[in-house]
Amino acid sequence: MIKGNFIDNLPKVYGIYTGGFIGFIVLMAIGESMGMTAKAIGICFVGFTIFIYALIGWLSRTAQASNYYVAGRTVPTVFNGMATAADWMSGASFVAMAGGIYFKGYGYMALLVGWTGGYVLVATLLAPYLRKFGCYTVPDFVGTRYGGNTARLMAVIVLTVASFTYVTAQINATGTIAAVALDIPFQYAVYVGLVSILLCSMLGGMRGVTWTQVAQYIVLIIAYLLPVFWISNNIGAGFFPHFMLADEVARIGELEQQFGFVKNSAADLATVPKGLAGITKAHSEVNATPWAFISLALAMMMGTASLPHVMMRFFTTPSVKAARKSVGWSVFFIFLLYSSAPMLATLSKLALIDPNLPTGIIGKSIAEVQAIDWYQNWNQANLMFVSDFNGNGTVELNEFFMGGKAVVLATPEIAGLPYVISGLVAAGGLAAAMSTADGLILAIANAISHDVYYKMVDPKAETAKRLVVARVFLVIIGFAGATIAAMEIQGILGSVIWAFDFAMSGLFWPLVLGVWWKRANKEGAIAGMVLGLVSGFAYLVWVRSGGSGFLGITQLTFGIFGSTVSLVAMVVVSLMTSEPSAATQKMVDDSRIPAGTQVISQK
Amino acid sequence: MAKNAQHWEKTRGLLFVTLAIWAVFSMGIFLFGAEMNEVTGPFGYPLTYWFTCQGSLAIFVILIFWFAGRQEKIDEEFGFSEKGDD
Repeated sequence: MIKGNFIDNLPKVYGIYTGGFIGFIVLMAIGESMGMTAKAIGICFVGFTIFIYALIGWLSRTAQASNYYVAGRTVPTVFNGMATAADWMSGASFVAMAGGIYFKGYGYMALLVGWTGGYVLVATLLAPYLRKFGCYTVPDFVGTRYGGNTARLMAVIVLTVASFTYVTAQINATGTIAAVALDIPFQYAVYVGLVSILLCSMLGGMRGVTWTQVAQYIVLIIAYLLPVFWISNNIGAGFFPHFMLADEVARIGELEQQFGFVKNSAADLATVPKGLAGITKAHSEVNATPWAFISLALAMMMGTASLPHVMMRFFTTPSVKAARKSVGWSVFFIFLLYSSAPMLATLSKLALIDPNLPTGIIGKSIAEVQAIDWYQNWNQANLMFVSDFNGNGTVELNEFFMGGKAVVLATPEIAGLPYVISGLVAAGGLAAAMSTADGLILAIANAISHDVYYKMVDPKAETAKRLVVARVFLVIIGFAGATIAAMEIQGILGSVIWAFDFAMSGLFWPLVLGVWWKRANKEGAIAGMVLGLVSGFAYLVWVRSGGSGFLGITQLTFGIFGSTVSLVAMVVVSLMTSEPSAATQKMVDDSRIPAGTQVISQK
Repeated sequence: MAKNAQHWEKTRGLLFVTLAIWAVFSMGIFLFGAEMNEVTGPFGYPLTYWFTCQGSLAIFVILIFWFAGRQEKIDEEFGFSEKGDD
């Protein structure tokens, strides 16, 4: 069936894979109708998908440095787009995004704009030039462009700080899903998740991660879109929700007017389980100041362009122009999910609050709601709660509380979809969390093995030894992440947003000016990275410990402060010190022309 | 070297145009978020709401492909394009 070169057969391979996965879903649906239990379906979905990823990871094993670090630079644009989208969309995007939109509305949607708009910066300012450079890692670019081990090491530190904040959240999400689907305690589930993650990346490095990420994208996008379309049809909202929910959005506005947003007393709120929230903000109205919206979007955009695990995906394309186009495909594949999240939030909210719909619970009596099956399930899972604050016996808008994850996890059940969909959603969330965790762990481990070990400690090391070291660090970083995740210190989304701010504080300007400003030199770059990271971190600590902040910069947007300090420091210090050597300037010139051999020759 | 300088000038020009469009749809329009939301946008959604759900996102996708195409033309014009197609 498959002849010739693997790359030429990609559409066929993944076509068969997609067909196989859909066949598996159908099989599970048949199983359900024949009496298969919910638990068995969950285990099958999680077990089957992890098995496939592990198989791909094993088939992609390699002993070549260029395969391990940049997948041999053979990944076609469309497939790199899918891999980047999976790399990008984390467990948080998958599970928590629709919930964020559901509760916070417009103010939260700055993240949708920021997390896509950032790719315009990636495509125009960085990706093609870094690809031409021919580096293996982002610190490799910094180290080569500016010269010297200090700059390289600083870049490794910024990368580690940003990526590590992010990766614990992903391992946490993997553990949460594995714990529910396999019915084991979270502390163990975290390590089950970790082992699955390492199975994808350890043998094949970037090559293994690339081909598993494509497979994971296919699972996660089916798992996200299928329920959205199905729910929309089931509650009669329209067969193509994206184009047809205007009436539903308007209806939610009407109901909000009718019910009003009643503010609960602190004493009443204290009785609500931790982590649950009520609907307190208008669904489609502008509820944030222009600066609050724009500053959050801007921080996320600059952060996107500075996150090394994303940037390194564009090192794997066959050419510079393929790198540019592949950024377009990446945002396209991300767009498919992001544009569906607000639709899911709309459907979920309407289904729950519209008294005209059979699923609506507002206006029903408390006892009646408490007797609904799905309410009991999700109440037990600590994701749903009603309480009769005013004692009138019926549920009011301000008396209904839900966890952010419930929008994605519970809506299928509420809208009457079969359990097989919940199993599918679990597999999708797992795919999203695993693919991001893989990319992040690989980014950190590669930076340490290539930039610190090979470039600084032992430049004469043989390829075989380098790849052993790379894998040892992969395992160490993974275990460190899992151990911290098992401690459950921080909520999923908070740490994700901080990662963007850390990355932009330390890396945005050193990367951008490295390409676009020939005069930028080593001293400037070091000053930019050190002062950017330190000042951003200091601002975060200050605001977290009760500081008032300034210019409306919050703990979610501290990167705006950090990166501004970084820019000023970098320009001032560069101008105060001597200009870069002729050789370095020639290197920058070469990186600006797509044709010809890449700037660094790698072994 | 003059050829390189000209190529870079055109590349930079394209960068500024692309970033200007990007700035308008990622930040500029949201200065007037409240006012714009009074207007009915595509498919009947409130206009600002539509931009945050679909509009701006779709524009970024198109913008990047447009940019990639233009940049390729510039590279070809100066003979700096890479061999092979994909």
